[in-house]
Amino acid sequence: MAEAERLLGLITIGILAGGVYGLLAVGLSLQIGVCRVLNITHGEFLMLGGILTFTFSQLGINPLLAPVIVGPILFGLGFLLQATLFRGVKARVPSPSAFEGNALLAAFGVMYVIQYLARIRFGTQSLPSQYLTQPVPYVGINLAVNLIVGFAIAAALGIAVYLFLTRSRVGKAIRATAEDPPTAELMGVNTNTILAVCFGLGGLLAAVAGTLVSMRTPVSTAMGFNNTVIALIVVTLGGLGSVPGSFIAGIIIGIVSMLVAGLWESVLIVPVYYAMLMVLLLVRPTGILGKK
Amino acid sequence: MNITRLFTTHRKLLLMGFLILLIAFVLTFPLYGGARTRVLITMLVYAILAMSWAMFSGTTGYMSLAPAAFFGTGIYTTYLLQNHLPLPIIIVAAGLISFVLAVLLGLVTLRLKGIYFTIFTFGLVVFIPNVVTYVEGEVTQHHGWYFNVLDRTIILYTMLGLAVVTVLAIYLIRRSRLGLAMQSIGGNEEAAEHMGIDTTRTKVLTFAISAIFMGAAGAVLAPSLSYSNPTIAYSAFYSFVPIVAAVFGGMGSLQGPIVGGLLFGFLEKTLKVEWNTYFMLGFGIIIVLVILFLPTGMVGLVPILRDKLGGAISKWRKGREGEQHANT
Repeated sequence: MAEAERLLGLITIGILAGGVYGLLAVGLSLQIGVCRVLNITHGEFLMLGGILTFTFSQLGINPLLAPVIVGPILFGLGFLLQATLFRGVKARVPSPSAFEGNALLAAFGVMYVIQYLARIRFGTQSLPSQYLTQPVPYVGINLAVNLIVGFAIAAALGIAVYLFLTRSRVGKAIRATAEDPPTAELMGVNTNTILAVCFGLGGLLAAVAGTLVSMRTPVSTAMGFNNTVIALIVVTLGGLGSVPGSFIAGIIIGIVSMLVAGLWESVLIVPVYYAMLMVLLLVRPTGILGKK
Repeated sequence: MNITRLFTTHRKLLLMGFLILLIAFVLTFPLYGGARTRVLITMLVYAILAMSWAMFSGTTGYMSLAPAAFFGTGIYTTYLLQNHLPLPIIIVAAGLISFVLAVLLGLVTLRLKGIYFTIFTFGLVVFIPNVVTYVEGEVTQHHGWYFNVLDRTIILYTMLGLAVVTVLAIYLIRRSRLGLAMQSIGGNEEAAEHMGIDTTRTKVLTFAISAIFMGAAGAVLAPSLSYSNPTIAYSAFYSFVPIVAAVFGGMGSLQGPIVGGLLFGFLEKTLKVEWNTYFMLGFGIIIVLVILFLPTGMVGLVPILRDKLGGAISKWRKGREGEQHANT
């Protein structure tokens, strides 16, 4: 009985933690699916979100309010990156098929710039950024409040993004641009602006995910890389360009990580993600909910 | 004397002089002492990694982030076999193991679009060290790897030999049918497929060949480390170095990654100790600028500079002649 309760507890934590992975992946999915940039700076945006949240909390701003400031800042950074750098790369590549590769390499340079600028400013130590750590008793275990609040915020934001993409005019323009940029352009969509908005939105979502992560674990300037890897795995599992897919995959990844860490060995979390990814790519290369 | 003319008319002489200098340099390796030897070894390692990375990713456009996986596997191979086999056989074994690993990885991912391949190779660098750590903890109960230390000069010469082999192999591959097939995949994969090229086979094969050199480089480097462990040996840094170096030097050519690797290795070893953070920051900025404004890398600067310089000199001379005419 105790074993069953423990399992239920682990799965619950996994689902709650997975919501944040989902949120992180939605942003990356937009950047890959619409802007065609394999944005390996995504984890660095999360890192900036977390670190800035901590910095603002030192100034007396509540971490739950931090996204209101941090979100727009990183939206702007993402917007500028797409509007200047990736647009520039696109204009200069010899053939359209070379864009993805060159954009990746450029993103690579940006990753170094962000990471080391952050290091110069904030150092490399872990910063104690946890917030709302009070326990809530739940079937034999304790859940921290930040876990529940984090899931609620992530889910709300995920639904908002989904509605934005499917119901609003800008969302329609984004989907049109993802599908067929030249035709979207002919229909009067300013694709350059749309791409920049998309990239900025990805940055904003990563920033909020950073805030949510910072409430649960200490943040440091070195945390970006691992989060990029997780985000990439979640995006691939969920299928590019699918908001619900990203969330489902995020929750699966959350559950798997808790089960592997709780019942087996935490070094094996990434290997297990990997095994799942490998099986999925062999069976269904487009991901759980991805389109052809 | 016109610089452009100097290069064209005395080319053979210059080349001979350069070769003699190079040979003298190589023969005097033992005289440099420990620290310089270490710098030279690092430069060669980075050149080998950058060359083999560019051979596959630079030509086909499939961006691999896996070099660290093969490089680390090479280091691990040396650790496992050092008490059982002589170094030359270990080096070959490390190359073969990396080859097999790359074939397996390639068969799973290279049928897919480039983006999935990149994602997969990206995570591989996190995947393998975790598995190795787990296996070590559960099965062998050993933590950390200690190496039988070899004289650094021997390692340097071995690494140089490996670098020469790598250059020759890549040179030959670039000129072969396989190299042409790779280039056509980089140009337009669909068209290449219609021309009758077995694109999957070409990609898997070349990816695996590039892994051989990375694994072998790790195996050669290992005895100079004295200590390592999965986290150090499989550090993602070794995946980033070849990319940074190759892009910096110019990834489209044979000589670009060599220049980039040697230069990056030299700068890293001499500047990084004091300027670590600013060094990497600077390199990030350089990568972005190179991608945007100099797609052929540092090597691409040479003809541009030569033309500019030659042009400026001939202009200056013409100007002077014009002046003289005016005076008379």
